[in-house]
Amino acid sequence: MKGIYAVFRKEMSLYFVSPIAYVAAGAYLFLAGIFFQGILAEANDYAMRAAMQAMQFGTPFEIDIPGEVMRGFFGVTGTILLFVVPMLTMGSYAEEKRRGTMELLMTSPITDLQIVLGKYLGVLTLFLIMVLPSALQMVILFRASDPMPPWRLLLSGYIGVILLGGSLLALGQFLSSLTESQIVAGIWTFLVFLMLWVLDFIVRGGSGSVVGAVAQYISILRHNTDFTRGVVDSSNLIYFATLIVLGLFLTLRSLDSMRWRRA
Amino acid sequence: MIEVDSLTKQYGAVRAVDEISFRVDKGEILGFLGPNGAGKTTTMRILTGFLPATGGTARVAGFDVFEKSLEVRKRIGYLPEIPPIYPELSVQRYLDAVARLKQVPSDKRKARVDAAMEMAHVTEKRGELIKRLSRGYKQRVGLAQALVHDPEVIILDEPTVGLDPKQIIEVRHLIKGLAGNHTIILSTHILPEVSMTCDRVVIINQGKIVANMPVNPTGQERGSELVMAEIKPGSGGAQAVKSVIERVAGVKRVILAAPEGTGRVQAKIECDPARDLRSRIAAEVVGQGHELFELRASRVSLEDIFLQVTTQEGPGTAPAETTSTGAGE
Repeated sequence: MKGIYAVFRKEMSLYFVSPIAYVAAGAYLFLAGIFFQGILAEANDYAMRAAMQAMQFGTPFEIDIPGEVMRGFFGVTGTILLFVVPMLTMGSYAEEKRRGTMELLMTSPITDLQIVLGKYLGVLTLFLIMVLPSALQMVILFRASDPMPPWRLLLSGYIGVILLGGSLLALGQFLSSLTESQIVAGIWTFLVFLMLWVLDFIVRGGSGSVVGAVAQYISILRHNTDFTRGVVDSSNLIYFATLIVLGLFLTLRSLDSMRWRRA
Repeated sequence: MIEVDSLTKQYGAVRAVDEISFRVDKGEILGFLGPNGAGKTTTMRILTGFLPATGGTARVAGFDVFEKSLEVRKRIGYLPEIPPIYPELSVQRYLDAVARLKQVPSDKRKARVDAAMEMAHVTEKRGELIKRLSRGYKQRVGLAQALVHDPEVIILDEPTVGLDPKQIIEVRHLIKGLAGNHTIILSTHILPEVSMTCDRVVIINQGKIVANMPVNPTGQERGSELVMAEIKPGSGGAQAVKSVIERVAGVKRVILAAPEGTGRVQAKIECDPARDLRSRIAAEVVGQGHELFELRASRVSLEDIFLQVTTQEGPGTAPAETTSTGAGE
């Protein structure tokens, strides 16, 4: 535990002395703000038109604006993460390898698993610090709505964001551990995440076919959709937990292979 | 303190370290000397638990480096060739982070960080970001990092590489000052470094140990003395010269070389170091009708051995100048 904490602390103190954390957090909050505003405006617009139509034709009118905004916002958040997470993870291991500090970590009296967990918890904490302020927008939206939607909707939405982010971070750290160049790591991570995004499009397009079914199962964004609707489904929990464990396991194997390869 | 037995490291088809064995006693400074690519870094990485070996065993403070890696790592301070620093941290924060990684108990951490800064002479730069420090200071911060958990064993990979002469002297003093309480292995390919700082030297080449001997501060490294002679043979030619010298009591071996066109031979005479045989050799040679042009004592120095080791790779070097004393025997 002390070993994990030592690595975690080292990670945190490095994040906040380098510009990357601030740039990534700034980029995320900026994008999230823009999209939130856009989605809200669109939903308002739509509600206004629907209300006018309802008045004209005397039909009953019902629209769930906070629900619409939330679904839209969390959906977009998933996509933003595909772009922002590579910035957070690309240097995780690549930079340590380039500087030779990996050798310091790997000759310290801590296990490789402690290194992997410490570094993962570090980047996950940074991620939470980055993502959670966006909840403020949601809280304002919820409080302004009448009737106020249940808080568990917001909770499940953020559980989804955190699980999705957690999976991408684990995957990104693994990819970073494969190279000594954080640029190469960043590009690879971005490409892999792009594939995940494309997969999501395949799912939307070709449902019904075998390819569509497989894509639907793998697609990381698809598994996030239920959470944005307030549904915490155990199969999704298992899916993300598996991804996180897989990412951490692969990173651990990658560290092990550093010990066997010729430096 | 450190026992290495038939340690081998294989990288695919390449044998980086080939069945090396040596030991270092407590308080000793061992110099690990060899040309680049000889296997020094690989050996050190095995000792520090960074790399696993392919064969053989190594023990540090009684713990096997493979089976009790964490115990060994607690007791080793390691400065790799490139100091493992985080440039964006200040010296003090960096050392604090390393102390945590090295599992220094929290109540002792501050004192240990201060002590390490004191020992490495970086206290006056404690608040500065490492990236703003000069190369020499970075190296010292690297050294402080290796000392922060008060390890029994310190392993330094080329600690003076890339430093200017003044900084080199400072670092050497520092290392000297650590001896006694610490067991130190340092690698280098600079000869004077070994004679200046080390108690023992292990010379390694192409993954094999070619010499393992104590370092004598006067520069005389071996229990044998060389006498070099230049002689113009009289009757009987070079062979007669050789047998005359060999008859002198105390002469162990004679090697002759005959550079073309001079009509003279150069003799390399290995003698018993207890006696100065030069006058006896001169009397015998001249007495047998040979002409003696030069006779001088030459000590087998670390440099000779090192040169011998390194010139084995290129057999084309001037044959008359190669000092083949069989130092590796």
